[in-house]
Amino acid sequence: MIRLLTTTACAVLALSGPAFANKVFVSNEKGNTISVIDTADWSVLTEFHGGNRPRGITISPDGKLLYVCASDDDLVRVFDTETYEELYTLPSGPDPELFVLHPSGNPLYIANEDDNLVTVVDTETHTVLAEVPVGVEPEGMAVSPRADFVVNTSETTNMAHFISTADYDIKHNVLVDQRPRYATYTSDGTRLYVSSEIGGTVSVIDIAEDGTPTMNQKLTFEVPGVLPEWLQPVGVKVTQDGSRVFVALGPANRVAVIDGESLEVLDYIIVGQRVWQMAFTPDEKYLITTNGNSNDVTVIDVAAEKPLQSIQVGQMPWGVAVTPN
Amino acid sequence: MERILRMLAAGLFVLLAAGAASALDIRSAVIRVDYPQLAPISRFDLKPEDMGFAGAMLAVEDNATTGQFLGHTFANETVAVPPEEAEAALDRLAAEGIRIFVILANAEDTLRLADRAGPDALVINAGSPAESLREDQCRANLLHVAPSQAMLADAVAQFSVWKGWKRWFLVHGSNPADQDVAEAYRQAARKFGLTVAEEREFEDTGGSRRSDSGHVLVQQRLPVFMQEAEEHDVVVAADASDVFAPYLPFHLWSPRPVMGSAGLRPVSFHASHEAWGATQFQTRFEKLTGRYVREEDYQAWLALRVVGETVTRAASDDIATLRAYALGDAFELAAFKGQKVTFRPWNGQLRQPILLFDGRITVSVSPQDGFLHQTSPLDTMGRDQPETACTAFD
Repeated sequence: MIRLLTTTACAVLALSGPAFANKVFVSNEKGNTISVIDTADWSVLTEFHGGNRPRGITISPDGKLLYVCASDDDLVRVFDTETYEELYTLPSGPDPELFVLHPSGNPLYIANEDDNLVTVVDTETHTVLAEVPVGVEPEGMAVSPRADFVVNTSETTNMAHFISTADYDIKHNVLVDQRPRYATYTSDGTRLYVSSEIGGTVSVIDIAEDGTPTMNQKLTFEVPGVLPEWLQPVGVKVTQDGSRVFVALGPANRVAVIDGESLEVLDYIIVGQRVWQMAFTPDEKYLITTNGNSNDVTVIDVAAEKPLQSIQVGQMPWGVAVTPN
Repeated sequence: MERILRMLAAGLFVLLAAGAASALDIRSAVIRVDYPQLAPISRFDLKPEDMGFAGAMLAVEDNATTGQFLGHTFANETVAVPPEEAEAALDRLAAEGIRIFVILANAEDTLRLADRAGPDALVINAGSPAESLREDQCRANLLHVAPSQAMLADAVAQFSVWKGWKRWFLVHGSNPADQDVAEAYRQAARKFGLTVAEEREFEDTGGSRRSDSGHVLVQQRLPVFMQEAEEHDVVVAADASDVFAPYLPFHLWSPRPVMGSAGLRPVSFHASHEAWGATQFQTRFEKLTGRYVREEDYQAWLALRVVGETVTRAASDDIATLRAYALGDAFELAAFKGQKVTFRPWNGQLRQPILLFDGRITVSVSPQDGFLHQTSPLDTMGRDQPETACTAFD
């Protein structure tokens, strides 16, 4: 309820006053840097060292802390979003790739690909709270809006594991298609989307009141002139109202637009090469995609469902996060 | 300890919660036939004791991790035998109730063991690239995860086309296995419009593969053997017997790239491959075994992952059900090669990308861009359905 009020307040503010300028942080996997972009004029503010092989990236709810999975350093680096200075590191277990923050900002749930574990780290005491054994090669991470479940997808086991945040036990497992990459809940918590990179599908999983998942259907993609093998869903983002789902299709260089109600694919937006992860601006006017093989990000006009512009960033951009208002 | 308890607890809970899913205990065996062999030219190619078995061990771990959430257990036995004891080993395993066999052997023994196992067994060839096993000698109970010789040769030919290296100098060994590889290259050249401008046979005169300071002799003789050839863009080596190919790259008469059995080699997998999440496979494998992965390990892993994936999806331990699922449209497997791998229903060969490896890195991956096919670009490599001589799958 509080969250809902906050969202409404933000929306009202956004409508009445001048648009907030936000910062976009992009992790450049090969360049070992973080690019910072100003949403006011889409200029690149700076690029700073982000540790070795920075991939997963997220921002604390208060907008002050930037968390980066430094995969080759086997830890999470935490930066100040104003000064870009590294404040401290968090233990993550080996080869952290993706993570998700509890809506309150603590704890952080990290997927450790090498150890078949989800590591739960307290962001205040900087200690490991729990290690949860999951399937082979854990990757995608999502937290339910009520924060009662954390979902992890395992790439070789091909399941979404539903971990209770109360006791860190796995309560449900749902089989999805090959190499599940990313998972995200709708803001009302009634649905979970899971992308399967090699399977080429997005699983739509309905979530009951008590958190129990049921497979609804699997979405498939088709683009004339593009080999089906290259339609590889990776990043998924859903608008706050659930009406639109955006799916990054990797080497197909396109973002699919899906109607959240009918679950039909409406359009494909051409972006840069090897589109990977995505993030909305807080007002949801823009969606930013990372394009790994063209070293740029694309800004998509969400209402028009059209690409607006590309911005050159560092080498092989991977993840993206935008500061809250 | 706490972790183990939690894992057990999670497993139990899921078992209870799943209800409908029934417990399955899947047993398999890997039979490796060992042949008397000369030492390899390079010490890097010395065969480890656990060759192939190590890959199987990793696959069983992977399968078991998945299986714990579904109530499926996986157990595998490994047996290394000389050729004359292979059938007895299979009989013993069959008597224990095992019906799933992964074979690492030459073509002749693979066929012998598949026939011995009979129609109620599922046999997976993880070792032999021989074309005959997929073609005129194909068997309904025999699937192939090892790439065929034609797939490997076509992978090289496609790269050659992409580079514009149109004229080949084919050098092959004198043993039957070398001749088979040479024939695959001749067919690949024909298929993709390349010219074999010159062909020579390097005779295997026996003796040891290497001697102290043997490079002195090689340096003097090999360039002479390679001189006065027709104009060519690239040398293609067909040396299945490991007699001469590794010496070629820097001992040619005319400096040219070398592909095939030396230089740029077509492989199913190698230990430095990192793309498409393969790093995680490498680190898992190395942690488990303490050494680098070899193709035989990857192929044994692939074979048992096929078993694991079909058991997970088909929720059955019935051999006919598993075989039908693996050959059906629904089957797909992620294998760290950038796209799903599936079976060709007409001869049981696993479609898969082929890595082009220079001994250090993945130089390229075939199929190359622009080679198209109505079913899958992967079917541009190897014998296609209209050309197959296999009828056992009809």
